[in-house]
Amino acid sequence: MLMIELKRIIKNGFVNFTRSGVISWAAVLVVTITLSVITAIILLQAVLHFSLDQIKDKVDVTIYFNVNADENKILSFKESLEKLPEVERVSYISDSEALKLFRERHSNDYPTIAALDEISTNPLGGYLNVKAKEVSQYESISNFLKSDNALVLGSVSIIDKVNYHQNKIVIDRLNNIISGAQKLGFLITLILIIISIIITFNTIRLAIFISKEEIGVMRLVGASKMRVRGPFMIEGAIYGVLSTIITLVLFLPLTIYFGKNMTSFLGINMYDYYISNLFQILVIILLSGVFLGVISSFFAIRKYLNK
Amino acid sequence: MIYFNNVSKVYNKDSVVLNDVTLTITSGEFVSIVGHSGAGKTTLVKMILADDVPDEGTVFFESINIFKLKDNELTKLRRRIGVVFQDFKLLSNKTAYENIAFAMEAVGKTNQEIESDVPHVLELVDLGDKMFRFPSQMSGGEQQRLAIARAIINQPELIIADEPTGNLDAINTYEIVQILKKINDLGTTVILTTHNRGVVDSINKRVITMEKGKIIRDDNNGKYKI
Repeated sequence: MLMIELKRIIKNGFVNFTRSGVISWAAVLVVTITLSVITAIILLQAVLHFSLDQIKDKVDVTIYFNVNADENKILSFKESLEKLPEVERVSYISDSEALKLFRERHSNDYPTIAALDEISTNPLGGYLNVKAKEVSQYESISNFLKSDNALVLGSVSIIDKVNYHQNKIVIDRLNNIISGAQKLGFLITLILIIISIIITFNTIRLAIFISKEEIGVMRLVGASKMRVRGPFMIEGAIYGVLSTIITLVLFLPLTIYFGKNMTSFLGINMYDYYISNLFQILVIILLSGVFLGVISSFFAIRKYLNK
Repeated sequence: MIYFNNVSKVYNKDSVVLNDVTLTITSGEFVSIVGHSGAGKTTLVKMILADDVPDEGTVFFESINIFKLKDNELTKLRRRIGVVFQDFKLLSNKTAYENIAFAMEAVGKTNQEIESDVPHVLELVDLGDKMFRFPSQMSGGEQQRLAIARAIINQPELIIADEPTGNLDAINTYEIVQILKKINDLGTTVILTTHNRGVVDSINKRVITMEKGKIIRDDNNGKYKI
């Protein structure tokens, strides 16, 4: 009996959708707009995250060692740094590599190279490049550096200088900008989604309002609440499914255009990103669309059912 | 079968819709409720369906206090009552066939029962050839016959016909009244509200006359007298 009831509800939902004509398609249009907003936000978030990651990647802390620091000590210090949960990677540049890099960097600067040749010994010490997982974690890594005994060789420190303190202001400012950008992005996303949901809910409410008298009649001829409500919820689900398909198709030429013309500006190829994440985007907007359609119908009809 | 006990309903101070109405309708009766517009006829019958709520008093369907029913119990009660309205109240986006089928689905009839009964009842009200028309493609009389077919399809114990001929011409009115009489002859209780003198006089059954929310006359084998 339950299966027959379910089949009838689903069939009625489809029949109502096709017979409501313009009203159905108006609702699909509005849900499509909502889903497009969600998809656009997903893509914009990808651009934002990519840009922020690029900026974050440029930040690191360098620990310069004294010229004659024992390499074993440096390597054991490197190991202890790598054990820190905040640290993503540590790369070691030995004093001879540092000299090589310095010479490469100043290959056009004749007086400097000449001065280097003059002193014949290597004036540069080795250094460690420390990359944190998050920009905000450089502070705690710096605190570790201050406290750790591995830095100290007898009573003499092997560390020449740590450039964190020099870069602190820049790092802190960057950190603020990144977290600000993320917060703002989240807030805008939230506002846009809430506005879209309200518009969708009201459109579906309007579509159901048109049927309010019929809902009353169905109740008077003895239809249960679920029997009346069910087809409307199926209609809501149909809005969601159709809107998902339309949105996905609409974004294809859009992302192709952005991929072709805006890749260098945005930093990522929108089309590649869209295609490689198509399944996740499909799941997100399909669930959002169907959920929105079904829940809006559920609540919109409630008012007219209590008769 | 139906008992109104001291039922009153006031919309606001100046508009008393029902004023201390007490009334009993027994099973198998054909009752015509007459009166001017605003006399309270429609409110009275709406209360049997719990479509309107009294401010005071109780309404019973057999031993059931209608306004104490839970939602699903009310749904079940409504399945025992067939309703016909002046404005037909058909489902506009369903065909004649589907309008009847919907009422059958609502009470849980099987697909086989629906497929065999719907054409039969449509033939009965002379709409056999208009089975797949939408209400908007039918005349007023046809729509009202369809509404009657929907009301009787589940063999209800009671038919409420609220001004069923109000929008119809004389010939269609005559046909509708004949159908209602036939339904009553088969044992179904019929409550008809109307202000059509000809209809009431032709039925020649119990007539309840209402005025300003009160029952002012209740005659067996009555005539239309206001």
